[in-house]
Amino acid sequence: MSRRRHSDDSDGGQPHKRRRSEPIEIEDRLESLICRVGEKSTSSLESNLEGLAGVLEADLPNYKSKILRILCSVARLLPEKLTVYSTLVGLLNARNYNFGGEFVEAMIRQLKETLKNNLYNEAVYLVRFLSDLVNCHVIAAPSMVAMFENFVSVTQEEDVPQVRSDWFVYVVLSCLPWVGKELYEKKDAEVDRLLSQIEGYLKRRVKTHVPMLQVWSADKPHPQEEYLDCLWAQIQKLKKDRWQERHILRPYIAFDSVLCEALQHNLPPFTPPGHMPDARYPMPRVIFRMFDYTDAPEGPVMPGSHSVERFVIEENINCIIKTHWKERKTCAAQLLSYPGKSKIPLNYHIVEVVFGQLFQLPAPPHIDVMYTTLLIELCKLQPGSLPQVLAQATEMLYMRLDTMNTSCIDKLINWFAHHLSNFQFRWSWDDWADCLSVDREMPKPKFVKEVLEKSMRLSYHQRIVDIVPATFSTLIPAEPLFIYKYTEETGSLLPGYPMAITVQNAIKNKATNEEILIILKEVCHPNQDDDDDEAESFNPLKIDVFLQTLLHMAAKSCSHSFSALGKFHEILKALTESDEGKLHILKVVYDVWKNHPQMIAVLVDKMIRTQIVDCAAVANWLFSQDMAHEFTRLYIWEILHSTIRKMNKHVQKIQKELEEAKDKLEKQQHKKRDSGDDEDMERGSEDEEAQLEEQIERLQEKVESAQSEQKNLFLVIFQRFIMLLTEHLVRCETGSVDVSTHWYKNCIDRLQQIFLMHHQTIQQYMGTLENLLFTAELDPHILAVYQQFCALQLVFSAFSLW
Amino acid sequence: MRRLAHSLPEIHKKKKKTALVSSGRLFGAHHGLSMDLSGASEKSKAMAAKLNALTSDSYIDISQYRDQHFKGNRYEQEKLLKQSNTLYVGNLSFYTTEEQVHELFGKCGDVKRIIIGLDKIKKTACGFCFVEYYNRNDAENAMRFVNGTRLDDRIIRTDWDAGFKEGRQYGRGKSGGQVRDEYRQDYDPARGGYGKLAQQQRPTEARNTF
Repeated sequence: MSRRRHSDDSDGGQPHKRRRSEPIEIEDRLESLICRVGEKSTSSLESNLEGLAGVLEADLPNYKSKILRILCSVARLLPEKLTVYSTLVGLLNARNYNFGGEFVEAMIRQLKETLKNNLYNEAVYLVRFLSDLVNCHVIAAPSMVAMFENFVSVTQEEDVPQVRSDWFVYVVLSCLPWVGKELYEKKDAEVDRLLSQIEGYLKRRVKTHVPMLQVWSADKPHPQEEYLDCLWAQIQKLKKDRWQERHILRPYIAFDSVLCEALQHNLPPFTPPGHMPDARYPMPRVIFRMFDYTDAPEGPVMPGSHSVERFVIEENINCIIKTHWKERKTCAAQLLSYPGKSKIPLNYHIVEVVFGQLFQLPAPPHIDVMYTTLLIELCKLQPGSLPQVLAQATEMLYMRLDTMNTSCIDKLINWFAHHLSNFQFRWSWDDWADCLSVDREMPKPKFVKEVLEKSMRLSYHQRIVDIVPATFSTLIPAEPLFIYKYTEETGSLLPGYPMAITVQNAIKNKATNEEILIILKEVCHPNQDDDDDEAESFNPLKIDVFLQTLLHMAAKSCSHSFSALGKFHEILKALTESDEGKLHILKVVYDVWKNHPQMIAVLVDKMIRTQIVDCAAVANWLFSQDMAHEFTRLYIWEILHSTIRKMNKHVQKIQKELEEAKDKLEKQQHKKRDSGDDEDMERGSEDEEAQLEEQIERLQEKVESAQSEQKNLFLVIFQRFIMLLTEHLVRCETGSVDVSTHWYKNCIDRLQQIFLMHHQTIQQYMGTLENLLFTAELDPHILAVYQQFCALQLVFSAFSLW
Repeated sequence: MRRLAHSLPEIHKKKKKTALVSSGRLFGAHHGLSMDLSGASEKSKAMAAKLNALTSDSYIDISQYRDQHFKGNRYEQEKLLKQSNTLYVGNLSFYTTEEQVHELFGKCGDVKRIIIGLDKIKKTACGFCFVEYYNRNDAENAMRFVNGTRLDDRIIRTDWDAGFKEGRQYGRGKSGGQVRDEYRQDYDPARGGYGKLAQQQRPTEARNTF
């Protein structure tokens, strides 16, 4: 299906397609026929469906299981074409009643399987498909209503996570745009009862966690509603409109005369599977809205925020992205050939959904860079219209930076700089001249500064100078040059200067690590009078002289610096044995590369990986007084989150090793049991077992030690946050100043970001965090963030955490 | 569509047994054509995996290019390409730095190392590099989302590489740079101007004209 499109190699994008361009096996052919129906064709959709139904009917005697399997899969994996396939199944059912029954049974089995495997998003599509089969006269409406009743009864369960009952309610509500009319016509009293039960449930729900997930803290111009609340409003409006829904493409209407002759099946009674402790229900979310009908000035009107059409369009766009995200050309093409696109401002919907995903908290469904590349692809396909919508969107997002969540601003910065780098950095910067007349720490100039810095990383300094108007020169980043203190011109009077020259020459003459260590022994501790034998203790001057000189000599590129760190690893380890040593090495790296934050980030990464510094040292350094003036810069947080991720990966890696060793031991023990009573074998395997047990013990210790380090890292980070925030709050109180400065908002957002981005890991240490740090004595402002996080965790667990 | 219906039965005759047998093997010998899904999730994954059209991920396929200097046979090279974490990156400007490459490719994951391709004689950048990730998944994302986009205003191309070996950082063209820069006829200021052959020809042309 999609390979055909990729024959264009002109921008070096697509690799050559596979040799096999025509499916030769039956299954591939059937797959291809079924998957392709509904695509652009010279014939009408109706005639294609009719034809395909005929072909499949003919193949049923020999290929029924394959056809069943393919149809079940497209129901689950191509939800954006739901009505096309439900019509197909309707036609097949009309021709072959037994097949219809078998399909329904297969779907129910698949539904059970997907729920068991925690594939809740896919399960929604399956239920929706079943509900549309009511419209195709395959399933009897009362049995569908009965299934919905079973789903809604989950809201009566006690001691279950809110996200569980949320999901069952969501499934029912999200089917109603498709089947509400038909169900209401047949079973209005039951549907009304269902809706009233749902309404009661929605009123009872806890929603303290919602602000944490919102992109903007302001409700104007568009409130970001909690997703179930929004859907409920949409269904209520649908009901008020007598269930008239005009957006969904319904091919089965054309076949009504055929389908209404078909016999229907009853859904077997479906009991929702009970709650399992390892169930992973979908995360709560908010609906991202940035456009309304006033924003698309010409052309079709954008459906309102509470119209069911809006829901269906957003659902379909989300489904298309979910299906095709790995293939951007196909994804863009599928998005732009959305059926019914002439009636909606499609570009606006697409841009809104894409940004909605990118800004989603805690994390977008796909990797950030996918969205950048997808938008570029869309611009390529619609050069006359999409870039303008994107520019309009960017402008709107810029205007609302004041209330945007800092994590989302991060994403916007990275997206915008990367996007610009693909379009020669062309932008109407003058339109943003308002950012020049305010304090640099305000969101708008801050944003522009960070964008220019990221843009510089993707290009070079002079380029940035060239692309912005002269008025913006104060926002241009500094030239990313090394700052060496021991130069002849400015550093010759510094205490470390002579030693710096000596070290430099030694390195040039390929001295060994030992030789250099001996040289460095001569460096006096700046605060020491006597010649105590404190050779091993922390000597900041020694670190400064050595590292400044070394990094200066290796400043040419990252690789040169890495090479230098590797070559003199021994010395660096010796110098950083103490915690102060680790802290100081980071300080020196900052001193020399403060105009090149990218270099700081890559060096810190390398030093953690080569164990010159540890993660806690990096955290302490970032929060230190020396770095306070950099605290609100993006690169600081990128370093911190990268550090936390490395720590997490390290723990996971050792845990995996432990699991593998345990598996090996189990297999070994099975082998022993099965090997009979061969004495030699037994002894040999006993040795192996002993070895494995020893290994497991060692790994167990390693895991505990790693987890302890991980817990400590989070403790350090949270402790530092609390200290900083408390200081600020106290200062404001004594000075009778409003606490809500931009710095404060930034800091609170950053604290929240730690919780959100690493919530799974932090969960394990909640007890310690609560006992040691987030106690009731804490300032309520700070405690509020922790409580919101707990509220978020609470919707996932059945039991209270206090 | 009707044509297909007629052409299918012929294949039916040849493949009929195979289809039945293979479906039997997949779903258990005694269940005939009904599906038994009440089992491991492997089965549901197998269901999805069977739909090649839906799980297409063509951006990460290996290309037709094979390194002629590779020590080993085609099969071995392809095996390495399919598990590689290393990408070849081509069509870079000679002025593109390691840091720029790191910034762009870092968007797909942590970069383990970057090796800038060098002119064998001049030892200066000659427009390509290798990017190695710590894991395959990150490299795949680079193939999906960085390949075919711009770096330093140029569309760059990424391809799987069997793994960096010392010596592979040098251009293999006669003049020291990449082979492609030997023979190209266009003028590319970011890649040393005219191709090497064209550079040699041009003075001759001038002489002939005047």
